[in-house]
Amino acid sequence: MTATVTLQGIRQDFGATTALHEVNLEVDAGEFVVLLGPSGCGKTTLLNIIAGFTAATAGRVLIGGRDMAGVAPKDRPTTTVFQDYALFPHLKLADNVAFGLRMRGVARAARAQKAEAMLALVGLPDKGGRRPHELSGGQRQRVALARALAVDPDVLLLDEPLGALDLKLRRAMQDELKAIQRRLGTTFIHVTHDQEEAMAIADRIVVMNEGRIEQAAPAREVYLRPASLFVAGFMGEVNRIPLKDGKSPLGPLMPGTGTVVLRPEAIGRDGPVPLGPARVIDATFFGTHVRAQMAPLAAPDLRLTVHLPQGTTLAPGDTMPLFARDPVLL
Amino acid sequence: MRALSALYLTAAGLFIYLPVAMLVLFSFQDSRLPVPPFTGPSLRWYQDVLTDRDLMAALGNSALVALASSAVALALGFLAAVALARHRLPGSVWLRALFVAPMAVSTLIIGLGLLNLWGWLGWPVSLWATGIGHVVLNLPLCFAILFTAMGDQQLSAERAARDLGAGEARVLWHVTLPMVAPSALAAYFLSVTFSWDEFILAFLLTRFDVTLPVEIWSLLKSGLNPRTNAIGSLVFLVSVALVIVLEFTLLRKRRA
Repeated sequence: MTATVTLQGIRQDFGATTALHEVNLEVDAGEFVVLLGPSGCGKTTLLNIIAGFTAATAGRVLIGGRDMAGVAPKDRPTTTVFQDYALFPHLKLADNVAFGLRMRGVARAARAQKAEAMLALVGLPDKGGRRPHELSGGQRQRVALARALAVDPDVLLLDEPLGALDLKLRRAMQDELKAIQRRLGTTFIHVTHDQEEAMAIADRIVVMNEGRIEQAAPAREVYLRPASLFVAGFMGEVNRIPLKDGKSPLGPLMPGTGTVVLRPEAIGRDGPVPLGPARVIDATFFGTHVRAQMAPLAAPDLRLTVHLPQGTTLAPGDTMPLFARDPVLL
Repeated sequence: MRALSALYLTAAGLFIYLPVAMLVLFSFQDSRLPVPPFTGPSLRWYQDVLTDRDLMAALGNSALVALASSAVALALGFLAAVALARHRLPGSVWLRALFVAPMAVSTLIIGLGLLNLWGWLGWPVSLWATGIGHVVLNLPLCFAILFTAMGDQQLSAERAARDLGAGEARVLWHVTLPMVAPSALAAYFLSVTFSWDEFILAFLLTRFDVTLPVEIWSLLKSGLNPRTNAIGSLVFLVSVALVIVLEFTLLRKRRA
């Protein structure tokens, strides 16, 4: 099952501090949305408001068009995968997964069958008789996912579910999460502070900062057409070049005033925007590319970080002309 | 130095256990007085005790009061611990003190108070009164043990249970209580042990249906007798069994 989620003017105050200011968001049914931002940006608070654990100071949450005001977490069509897994240590895995069905009055045999199917879905078949303490972190996370999905929620909320896993396992779980979401068609709202994770799984990334949504768009757009300097910096490394009335320290770049944002890989030997010659300060081989620090001859105090193709050989002191693609003025 | 410590340990052990050992030994006495010289062994006094209807009735009463009053004390203590550990209540520090305070009040005072209350209500003293007295006695203990067992590790599991559709009562029954089960068992068996041995309240608050300690006391009024040794040994056996069960549950908790 699946449903839309609509957030209208959500505001959350904790005492004198405001955790969320006027958050508006429309999530389509079956969409995989990632709330991305640094710690303290309000993403987990927003998730708690959707789950019903926190009552927003102001604003409305609609799930499948139904207003959730006054609806307790147990009665919402949402379930949550918690960061600390929150498995029931005294119950076997099958009983952990079947817990939600038991609370809904599903008969024992049907529960057992569904639990077995869900454990198989997350890659833990025949493990139903184990207890949580016998599992590794990654396996516990899978059980938590199976438990949350067993009740066929309309919306699955994931609170940094992969945060405690090592990098390799995290990347593998991301692919699996995405595959499971495609298979079930359930709306997923996933919280993370890892922008690579967000790009790997999201249909749409919602970048948050200081209690506000900075941009909500697919990964490509968020990365290539960032709506703010914060988004540009959070999604990856950027070079910032000040621009005033179309003039920059490197000469005329584009019309306008503000900051020109250039990704390191968007600077190279050719491109539509000439940046003039620059001297190599330092160059390091990174496997997939060569990363160089360059000082433009026109502005020797400015530093540009440039990613050049793997085969490039550069030595400190060399000079080369630089060109840029996809400049964004912010 | 080692010899000295060993000697000290033996002396301490003798000091603690010699009286009980004497009691048990002379319960097997073959003659009418539980004093040296030891004649026997004989099981005649056990046979005598086990066929004594009054004693067996008292034993049954004691077991009933201990098991039932401890169950009530545990249930109330658990709910009080949940309330104070999970909810912000006005004056919760004072409430906590109020729950634990009866521990420091003498049993005699509690007994006199209950006796007065019963007189004022015009109710006859009975096993019910004793049972309620034992709940009053054991509630602070159950509360204190369970309150310390409630921590943040259950908090997230409780949240998950709510998220999965459990109402508050089912959260308590399916998640909170099983997660503190070792402590709950320890509290229950400690309560049973205390209730089983309790004399003052039982003496003040029963008349016809008495508990075992009261029955033993009335036997003692007619002087020492191997029968009292035999029944005392039986009581001791039950207490030891309970303590062993308790140790077992506590040990299990430490391993987990």
